[in-house]
Amino acid sequence: MKSLEELQKIKERALQRRKLSGEGSRARVVVAMGTCGIAAGARDTMTAILSELESRSITDVVVTQTGCIGLCEFEPIVQIQVGESDMVTYGKIDVGRVPELIDGHVVGGVPVAKWQVRK
Amino acid sequence: MIRSTVLVSGDPISLSRGAEDTRLAIEAELAFYGLEDEVRVGYTGRVNRTDVLPVVVVYPEGIVYGPVSPETGATIVSEHLYKGRKVEHLLVSAEVASAEIDTLGVAEDTLYAQKRVVLKRAGTIDPYSIDEYIAYDGYFALGKALTSMTPGEVLDTVKSSGLQGRGGAGFPTGLKWTFVAQQPESPRYIVCNADESEPGTFKDRLIVEGDPHAVLEGMALAGYAVGASEGWIYIRGEYAMAKDILNHAITAAEELNLLGDNIMGTSFSFHVHVHAGAGAYVCGEETALLNSLEGERGIPRIRPPYPTVYGFRGKPTVVNNVETLANIAPIILNGADWFRAIGTERSPGTKVYTMLGDVALSGLVEAPMGTTLREIIGIYGGGMKGGKAFKAAQTGGSSGTIIPAELLDVPMDFASMREKGVGLGSGALLVCDEDTDIVDLAYVLVRFFKTESCGKCTPCRVGTAQMLEALDRLRKGMARRADLERLEEIATYVQQASFCGLGQAAPVPILTGLQYFRSEFESRLRD
Repeated sequence: MKSLEELQKIKERALQRRKLSGEGSRARVVVAMGTCGIAAGARDTMTAILSELESRSITDVVVTQTGCIGLCEFEPIVQIQVGESDMVTYGKIDVGRVPELIDGHVVGGVPVAKWQVRK
Repeated sequence: MIRSTVLVSGDPISLSRGAEDTRLAIEAELAFYGLEDEVRVGYTGRVNRTDVLPVVVVYPEGIVYGPVSPETGATIVSEHLYKGRKVEHLLVSAEVASAEIDTLGVAEDTLYAQKRVVLKRAGTIDPYSIDEYIAYDGYFALGKALTSMTPGEVLDTVKSSGLQGRGGAGFPTGLKWTFVAQQPESPRYIVCNADESEPGTFKDRLIVEGDPHAVLEGMALAGYAVGASEGWIYIRGEYAMAKDILNHAITAAEELNLLGDNIMGTSFSFHVHVHAGAGAYVCGEETALLNSLEGERGIPRIRPPYPTVYGFRGKPTVVNNVETLANIAPIILNGADWFRAIGTERSPGTKVYTMLGDVALSGLVEAPMGTTLREIIGIYGGGMKGGKAFKAAQTGGSSGTIIPAELLDVPMDFASMREKGVGLGSGALLVCDEDTDIVDLAYVLVRFFKTESCGKCTPCRVGTAQMLEALDRLRKGMARRADLERLEEIATYVQQASFCGLGQAAPVPILTGLQYFRSEFESRLRD
């Protein structure tokens, strides 16, 4: 890194990557994995999401993690964004809720309202 | 996104004076302006003055209007909520609102918009990806400082921002940096206090876990401002994941030359090391922390000399809390005026709170300085759990003060809280409902201090044991009035004579408990 311009280039590249079209992906699934999330079972949720996607042979979904978003009460929290639509936040997503969530929102494209945390 | 909450008093008197019609008129007007998704309307409970009923309270500002008819209710919507102008002729004093905290009728799954400066990226970016941090303006403040500002200009910006230390004491950060910058000695050091051992406080952990680079960038900026090229993060031993995330972040930043030697091709170098504590509460005290960091026993040092003069390895050292450092990059990037526009005149900026106890929604909240406890619990916390009544709150972890319902409307900033004899502390808000026994609460807190006393000074070592014993007797109904007087006396001595903050804070739960809930202590006496 020798200049601000270089930093600017990294920023633009990273922003581009955050746009799903930039990577040719249909959806992004983000699991909150701060210690509060992990204590509530976020690791199991993450594993369940990955295996659910694998079992359906879905490869164009980006699965990442993030820190605590402040809603410790609702952990494990999963955020899903499909295409260019807004990110939807879900609360208390344990392993049992994963298949229906993936089925409804990622595959079907319709947010699963009953588990949604409204902002 | 909910931006405001409007509460109409729903007590019998208000209802008999048409509060329901007022509420309906407000809702209709909100729909007219298309604000129904941004403003939530609910009923509030008792109000302690009847001549102005029905009242309408607008949060988060906490502005009270009354008496409000359906017509004036509509005016409040069009003027205050739509145009952002207060309706002056309807204003009544905010003290009219009762000391009860009401559950706002806010559904459990609806969240309130927060003012996020420190937590802007936490929960949005992947903490293991430096690119994502950079995508959200990360390291641009450092880049700006290194390429277009002198160290003195960085220092002046922080100074004029009015930022105060977020670890609890609220010391002006710019002033602390100036003390270090003025020292003739070098090398100088930046130490980040991430020990966070105050029970009930977990904000620093979640900041580090969610946005580690914000802390690193803040440290590098501090280093640039005071002329330090080395920084240490003293992190609580139990925070294994946070430590891992930090080490990962440091490596990533060094790879991009955003930390390390000759950052961004300039002559400025800055290296950061992480050191894990071994689980002593007293090591959150800055001089005990420095001892521990040097490999010595973790006991406090005599002050003065302060760490700004004689700190890590006997050299001038800035010791800042995680949250303080996370505020630096936004201040450099957006300027001091931007920061001063948030919060209050005397305490600019935001504060991160960890809310726990008998609230509906526990968790992490960032709100502007000066937000009242009533607003934090009622709005961000979703009210009291199970609709019970608020009894007391403890702010700032175990060393904090017990706050009764009378002080619910004190703006929470360092200066206003101090004027009322209570403290803001590190930002833990332990909320207790009507079922809480204050004597038991004091007992549990003092037991903690007795265990954690490092033993260096007698008032703390012996005093905490004596206070605990006295509280235990009181709890079991074995104490007489003279014992209670003795307890109060000892508590006062311990507070005045202890060597460091631990001993000075240990009697606080007893003293503030007695100040506001004396009758509960007295009801346990034998005589």
